[in-house]
Amino acid sequence: MRRLIVVLTFMTLLAPVLSHAEDDGPLPFSADVGNTASVQRGAHDFVSYCSACHTLKYLRYNQMAAGLDIPEKQLKQNLMFVGGLKPSSEMINAMSADDGKAWFGKAPPDLTLEAEYHNPRWVYNYLQNFYLDPKRPNGVNNLLLKNVAMPDVLWSLQGWQKQVTDKDGATYFVTVSKGSMTADQFNGFVTDVTNFLTFAASPDKIERSSLGPKVIIFLLILLVLTYLLKKEFWRDIH
Amino acid sequence: MAIVPNPYKTTGFVGWIDDRFPLTKLWRDHLAEYYVPKNFNFWYFFGSLALLVLVMQIVTGIFLTMHYKPGATTAFNSVQFIMRDVPWGWLIRYMHALGSSAFFVIVYLHMYRGILYGSHRKPRELIWLFGCLIYLCLMAEAFCGYVLPWGNMSYWGAKVILTLFSAIPVVGHSLQVWLQGDYTPADATLNRLFSLHVIALPLVLIMLVFLHIMALHEVGSNNPDGVEIKNHKDANGIPLDGVPFHPYYTVKDLMGVSVFLLIFALIVFFAPTGGGLVLEHDNFIGANPVATPSLIHPAWYFGVFYAMLRSIPAMFDSKIWGVLVMFGAIVLLFFLPWLDRSPVKSIRYKGAIFKTALVIFTLDLLMMGHLGMQETNLTYLIFTRIGTVIYYAFFLLMPIYSKLDRTKPVPDRVTS
Repeated sequence: MRRLIVVLTFMTLLAPVLSHAEDDGPLPFSADVGNTASVQRGAHDFVSYCSACHTLKYLRYNQMAAGLDIPEKQLKQNLMFVGGLKPSSEMINAMSADDGKAWFGKAPPDLTLEAEYHNPRWVYNYLQNFYLDPKRPNGVNNLLLKNVAMPDVLWSLQGWQKQVTDKDGATYFVTVSKGSMTADQFNGFVTDVTNFLTFAASPDKIERSSLGPKVIIFLLILLVLTYLLKKEFWRDIH
Repeated sequence: MAIVPNPYKTTGFVGWIDDRFPLTKLWRDHLAEYYVPKNFNFWYFFGSLALLVLVMQIVTGIFLTMHYKPGATTAFNSVQFIMRDVPWGWLIRYMHALGSSAFFVIVYLHMYRGILYGSHRKPRELIWLFGCLIYLCLMAEAFCGYVLPWGNMSYWGAKVILTLFSAIPVVGHSLQVWLQGDYTPADATLNRLFSLHVIALPLVLIMLVFLHIMALHEVGSNNPDGVEIKNHKDANGIPLDGVPFHPYYTVKDLMGVSVFLLIFALIVFFAPTGGGLVLEHDNFIGANPVATPSLIHPAWYFGVFYAMLRSIPAMFDSKIWGVLVMFGAIVLLFFLPWLDRSPVKSIRYKGAIFKTALVIFTLDLLMMGHLGMQETNLTYLIFTRIGTVIYYAFFLLMPIYSKLDRTKPVPDRVTS
């Protein structure tokens, strides 16, 4: 009986380790939405490199600006490239979904919630791990999303890489041609974009992290007071 | 016609009310002169906390309903609208979504307390039965609420649960279509689940909670020693080991509320998706009938039952067996007051056999709860089958082992 208990306990504790988790990619990453400068750069990079095809339909330009301390003038000059939109418009694109489907085989998905649907680490690794694959129509494949429909739009920054398998069966990437950025610069670029997408997925996070500690302090004080009140009332009960 | 003066001799405004409505009577019967055992411990916070969470769910639910738009094309977008455009919408939505999980944590601990101290035993069987009905109602309420955001996990969760009805012989398929209002979960399904979630089930829930508390106040609370405080009263008829609910337990429960709110706020503000356990990753994209999530599993609080459902294979051309085993597991709870034949109520005075059974049952629940959230494979399947047998054995063998158990003598009065 005791052995059964031990085995069951062991299984219960071990089970989470055995459980299947989504493969979030080889590179460690943790998003930092509190790094406003990074998120601002990410916003700029997103509208420059991503938003021709991808929408952020749940994020308004002025919500983004408010969350990232961007003045309206700068917002209009540097971040609003789609014609006919107001600051209160959602961040949609100029390309129709039908065109996207015709051109890529699949309409480019909306990315507002991408960092929550997967997670920031997945997004970071996805952007880092495109590689040459002559079997694919766009000539590239992705380590995280097999047979990806998206072309490697960041190739001019990162350069091209290809997958090599050594004699032990381990696979790794080797650079085929260099891009305009060094590896460090490109890591920074992808970090910025991922931080921005993490912000876009839950813009409430900024407000939460500033309000949260105040609420916690209030509740701690309340707990002390209610504890003292209880102690006072129960003093005579034995 | 002169009014007969009220027996409490209250005057003024309260007196005017008391002549017409039992205000002072209710206050005294249920708070100021409702005597409760003085030896409640940690396990006794969860009743009042459950009430608090019920109120919180109703209040946050009212505000969510103001902005949420049921409908297959509008629901998902309106949830994002609440999260981004409604002032404080994110807070209200997180509180409601996490509130459902908090509700189950609290209710499970509350039920476990009942098993620990024999709170379901005579004369409290009806309290337990009302409690089981509350639990059933809560499960239905949580399921409906889970579907409302109409994310992809909502959709596939609804599909799995509604397909259970199709396992019923002969009428199953027709019944499923009738319930869904369509051949798959669709706009009609979402709207009727919305209706159940915001009015039908909450009404039943509130009524059951009222009955649960009425039944409790009729017989009085059990306590960790499982002895009746009403057996020893002073000259005024007041239980010697009782204290009035107000102010003693109102202030004590306020302290419990503070601790709960502290933990709850930490999760709401710093981990509002509950690590993907409460707001799942697959629910951050809209419902898609042609894209099945890689792993369909129910919310964590249904894990035990889902593990049982999956552990039973289809036999004799029917899938009904798993459904029966799953519902049977819930039905067993209703019989608990009559399955426990031990001469003592509380775990404190029960013997080694019952204690061992309870430890195994507890570990079994944890294991099954976990396995219910995983992809199945042969090892897991074997373990869920063993787990199902253990769950049933705990209840069905209880009349035997609770009788064989060598109990300790129960004290006359509560111990401090």
